[in-house]
Amino acid sequence: MTAWHEKTAHEIRNAVRARHVSAAEVAESYLNRIAAVDPKVDSYTQVWADFARAQAARVDEKIARGEDAGRLAGVPIGIKEVICTKQGHTTCSSRILEGYQSPHDATIIRKLEAEGAVFLGKLNMDEFAMGSSTENSAIKTTRNPWNLRCVPGGSSGGSAAAVAADLCAFSLGSDTGGSIRQPACLCGCVGIKPTYGRVSRYGLVAFASSLDQIGPLTKDVEDAALALNVLCGKDAMDATSANLPVPDFTQALTGDIRGLRIGMPVECFTESLGAEMREKVLSAIEVLKGQGAEVVEVSLPTLDYALAVYYIICTAEASANLARFDGVRYGFRHPAAGDVREMYVKTKTAAFGPEVRRRIMLGTYVLSSGYYDAYYLKAQKVRRLIKEDFDRAFTKCDIIVTPTSPTPAFEFGAKTADPLEMYLSDIYTISTNLATLPGISVPCGLCASGLPAGVQFMAKPFDEATLLRVAHCYEKNSGITLGKAPIA
Amino acid sequence: MEYEAVIGMEVHVEINTKSKVFCACSTHFSAPANTNVCPICLGMPGVLPVLNREMVNKSVAAGLALNCTISRWSKLDRKNYFYPDMAKNYQISQYDLPLCSNGHLDIEVDGQPKSIGITRAHMEEDTARNTHTLGGGQSGVDFNRSGVPLLEIVTEPDLRSAQDAYAYLTALKQILQYLDVSDCNMEEGSLRAEANISVRPKGASVFGTKTEVKNVASFSGVMKAIEYEIKRQVELIESGGAVEQETRGWDPDRGITFTQRKKESAHDYRYFPEPDLVPVVVDAAWEQRIRESLPELPLPRKHRFMEQYGLSDYDANVLTGTQAMADYFEAAVQADADAKKTANWIMGDLQALLTEAKADISACNVTPACLAEMIRMINDNTISGKIAKEVLAEMFVSGKSPKQIVEEKGLVQITDASAIEGIVRQVLADNPQQVEQFKAGKDRVVGFLVGQVMKASRGKANPEKVNEILRNELAK
Ligand SMILES: [Zn+2]
Repeated sequence: MTAWHEKTAHEIRNAVRARHVSAAEVAESYLNRIAAVDPKVDSYTQVWADFARAQAARVDEKIARGEDAGRLAGVPIGIKEVICTKQGHTTCSSRILEGYQSPHDATIIRKLEAEGAVFLGKLNMDEFAMGSSTENSAIKTTRNPWNLRCVPGGSSGGSAAAVAADLCAFSLGSDTGGSIRQPACLCGCVGIKPTYGRVSRYGLVAFASSLDQIGPLTKDVEDAALALNVLCGKDAMDATSANLPVPDFTQALTGDIRGLRIGMPVECFTESLGAEMREKVLSAIEVLKGQGAEVVEVSLPTLDYALAVYYIICTAEASANLARFDGVRYGFRHPAAGDVREMYVKTKTAAFGPEVRRRIMLGTYVLSSGYYDAYYLKAQKVRRLIKEDFDRAFTKCDIIVTPTSPTPAFEFGAKTADPLEMYLSDIYTISTNLATLPGISVPCGLCASGLPAGVQFMAKPFDEATLLRVAHCYEKNSGITLGKAPIA
Repeated sequence: MEYEAVIGMEVHVEINTKSKVFCACSTHFSAPANTNVCPICLGMPGVLPVLNREMVNKSVAAGLALNCTISRWSKLDRKNYFYPDMAKNYQISQYDLPLCSNGHLDIEVDGQPKSIGITRAHMEEDTARNTHTLGGGQSGVDFNRSGVPLLEIVTEPDLRSAQDAYAYLTALKQILQYLDVSDCNMEEGSLRAEANISVRPKGASVFGTKTEVKNVASFSGVMKAIEYEIKRQVELIESGGAVEQETRGWDPDRGITFTQRKKESAHDYRYFPEPDLVPVVVDAAWEQRIRESLPELPLPRKHRFMEQYGLSDYDANVLTGTQAMADYFEAAVQADADAKKTANWIMGDLQALLTEAKADISACNVTPACLAEMIRMINDNTISGKIAKEVLAEMFVSGKSPKQIVEEKGLVQITDASAIEGIVRQVLADNPQQVEQFKAGKDRVVGFLVGQVMKASRGKANPEKVNEILRNELAK
């Protein structure tokens, strides 16, 4: 029999609810796995063994009393460092929040707990979710379970590596420009960024407020649907959360995609896409065709500007969002400051890493008097054009398909010297954030190097149901099984 | 050369919602330091603001009362600057699309009407309060005030004197209190006024260089600061100098303004739309609901009082000073009392009692109906005006009706001629010397004798009747 830590969330949930296994046993299986394997992967920044055992015990008590133990009864999950939890620390993998204890839980943390989830601990990330390799963490270096010399992607690198190495049943990530989908792709798991407004951001430490969205990284598409059932919904604490009904996404996984129109943006399949990736994504499209979907060409002419627009808007918002980390009320404060101004400067200089400092400065610049119109305002206008491009494309198709990442996982240090090179890692993912669409990355095979590749599907705003239906149909019919990551 | 001053005002008023503008904390910031706080108003990581709908209601009401256009679609923006009293190091405010714009407030200065343009009124959050009195070089921050709702009201440069500014502030405060949108208490900081002041040769069309005077703690302080600043600027120009654009503070003890911040260090606030909040959409129906709920405003009410009740400008002004006062007056008049007499009683004896008790008319024991009843009792000679003062004082303490008090204390006026004749005869018999003097032609002693009769009747005799009967008896 396979170990519990190798099973999916829905398998665990069903087994726990049917009393085939106790939540305590499942938690123990994962805690043992973490103790044995995480020293190689280094995905966890904190492991909450006692806390997880107590949560699992509560689930078991409920089941013993015959009560409903929730839609995620006994499912052990890991949480990205950027999500606020009263338990443990919330550091955003930054020195400036070293040891910071949040006075509140994120809305989704409360929802997950109410549904019987068990929290194993927190997962490493790029500092303040800024990066595509998790190399910007001030805490530790997380490795890709498929090749320990390679990065897990980012910024939710810990979340992706933990799922790929069976260190949690699923994990929570956040996605501002691809931070769930790109690491999911690089680590060979499923990662979904819901539509902006689908999931409450209350308790997600903000990087770029108009782009950030929480989502799950899972072992399969069904788990993604299961997780979204719990995560989605209007939250009175988040004014930007959408007041729309949340369907049962697991009901959308019918396997039937006949007549669905799959759009291929011509701009995403040009020469600049490497042959191997191209072949993998094209064969994924063939699988969908074989299931009765219709493939149409669409055009997203403003896509070329997405990266530039993204790095203006996200840095502008970040420059304000990160202003609060000043050493006045919480977090790191430089001990050798004479006055207030010096305290700000020394604190921020000492405790923010170089990428965070770069983005704060860039964002401050694009908002400055005299530059605002040329940068920030223009970027907002182009953002609208990009959204209109997608709106037009979605009149011709129901789903858009692209690669998730232009390359599979790369070695440590390969792109750290050139920020622009690193920024290109998100070339296929950032436009969904700009256009506030839902997007999902699903594994589409292993490259010759033995590293996973991923295909990305995008859908109309709030049409996660169709998105999951297509992803699920692809997963079931691709004939691809990655197998387990070697962790070597 | 003759100069004229050009003045614009920026007023911040705290809107008296129960909870703060973006969180559920109470707005009572006089509580012990850092007790009315939560992760949101402390700017903890991961929190989000949610706009208090009541803040929008009250701001729209203020905007409508100031004859503003209410934006169908407005938004909130982040104003970025670093200061320890800023929880997030940005303030949520409104930049290019304020909720209210293009209004005006009609005021009267020395009886002359004047219209002051209102450029805009926008919503924002208050900051925390720094204290530097902890000792040992330490500073403290009290976040109770952080996130208290503010409405910033900006005028056109339409004011020309300190008196204009005073009249504007008074009218603004009166309106905001009528609307119950703010306490407008300058000492407690719920109203803060800044004046932009420049001078120019009379008749010139271009503006002079302006200075901004901040941190003045009272309306009279604002008036004095403006007067000082106008004088300072004129003297500076006359002596060949030039006014520098700067922010100046007011020293009430020395009665002078002083440089606080030069223009060079002006901030670049890097405003941009607040992505954590959705646009504020006030549709026509919402605006109409608020418009219909607006009370009659002070100035129109004053004019109506003059017209409808024949009151003087002064009396109508005093009686419309607060909504409670005006409502009290009208309630009494509607309870069938003479308007002018009611005005006199309210502004005279009742106000004196209120002032002495440091009480507000809204919490007065004397109901308008009782005051009206008392005035009617004077009119129909049940009691004299003098007795009425006694009755009112008793009403003020006990809240009893005047009728009850008059009955209990036997204060009904004596108008019966035979009863008064009896007292008069007794008084004449007791004062033969004065009767002699009268007969010798000294008419003045009548006053003394009347007084004796009133005293003998314990004030209850009708004074007119006493006079008449006394003269008749003396003539005998
Ligand atoms: Zn609060």
